[in-house]
Amino acid sequence: MSHLSEEQLVLHYYADGESYAAVETHLSECEICRLQFETLRSELDAIESPVPERGPEYGAEVWRRLEARLPERRVRARFSWLPVWAPAAAVAALVVMAFLAGNWYERNKAPKEIARGGGRVAERILVIAVGDHLDRSQMVLAEIANANPGGGLVDISEERQLAHDLLGENRLYRQTATRTGDAGVASVLDDLERVLVEIANSPDRVSSAEFQVIRNRIESQGLLFKVRVMGSRLRANPPPPAAPSKVL
Amino acid sequence: MIAQALEGDRDAFRVLVERHSRAVFRLAFRITGNESDAEDVVQESFLRAWRQLHRYEARAGFGTWMYRIASNYALDLVRARRRRSSEEIVEGTLAFASDGPLPDRLAFSGEVRRRLETVMATLTPQERLAFTLRHMEGQSIEEIGAVLGTAANATKNSIFRAVQKLRKGLGPAVGATQ
Repeated sequence: MSHLSEEQLVLHYYADGESYAAVETHLSECEICRLQFETLRSELDAIESPVPERGPEYGAEVWRRLEARLPERRVRARFSWLPVWAPAAAVAALVVMAFLAGNWYERNKAPKEIARGGGRVAERILVIAVGDHLDRSQMVLAEIANANPGGGLVDISEERQLAHDLLGENRLYRQTATRTGDAGVASVLDDLERVLVEIANSPDRVSSAEFQVIRNRIESQGLLFKVRVMGSRLRANPPPPAAPSKVL
Repeated sequence: MIAQALEGDRDAFRVLVERHSRAVFRLAFRITGNESDAEDVVQESFLRAWRQLHRYEARAGFGTWMYRIASNYALDLVRARRRRSSEEIVEGTLAFASDGPLPDRLAFSGEVRRRLETVMATLTPQERLAFTLRHMEGQSIEEIGAVLGTAANATKNSIFRAVQKLRKGLGPAVGATQ
């Protein structure tokens, strides 16, 4: 009589085998296999897993903590013929235009007015907008940097779409930063733009190797760190609010 | 419910969160071995689920999908923690049942628990997750396969390899607990 393998015994323990009755019959007839099975059973039975209790109200507690962190879901309904990045790009364009208009106004009216208010307000709005842009970019980079690709194809459709949305804004902010001489911000936005372009132009599903290339790009440039630091810096040191303007 | 959540309906998502939180916490604790990390996993997993709802495929249950998200994140956490401190031993993930007198049992379970964690650390993430889901959570082969993305035979193999490694690593100490 041939004996049962260890694999058959393990499957039988969990009742996952294909011939439960046949194995039971064998165990009742074969003392060697029965002893082996009993040893296995006592070993596996001994492994238990105590988990701290969470009461019935736990779900509501989780929701309370979670609710504030949930971003709005983007639902495309009206104006679905517009590209999804259009609203964000339009806002970015308005911010940049306001900033440039403020600067122009300040330069041309300065001899007559102490009207630094217009320029300061625009600058402040721009800094807040760029900070927000960096926060959202950071989320995309973090999703990729922390993902567990496993084997096979990796679905990056959401990150790709977000990168595509962010790209238009990024270009505007980078050009503005370059024009106004903020080399630090321009440099981070430039590095960010290269990676966003790469993600945005990838297919929705990439191989593990392609995924790793994108991840390496992020890691090798220390981009996530740079974006995080720059975002914190902008949040921590926004331009001071405008003083009330005085007409001379 | 999921379709409503996909439309941005927070109330619908709230129902899903309230329904699945305890199960996600249980799994997260079993993988990470501590409450604080498990709480992080719960929060982060639901946040990811909300962001990725459009990827959800209705043929798998929402619970199974959440298990997949939570287990991936929890395993990432464990790996990151191991990298930070290769000698750190996580206690509490698994323990041994014992009917011995309490002081002996405590002393013994501490020792065995450390050994068990050491052996668990030698399992691949797939083996560890498959074993946890089968042995601790009582999930079926099909359900585990849906979480791991593997066919039935591969899933059974992962469980078997995990049991083999655990038995080999723990040796006769396990039997002595009974």
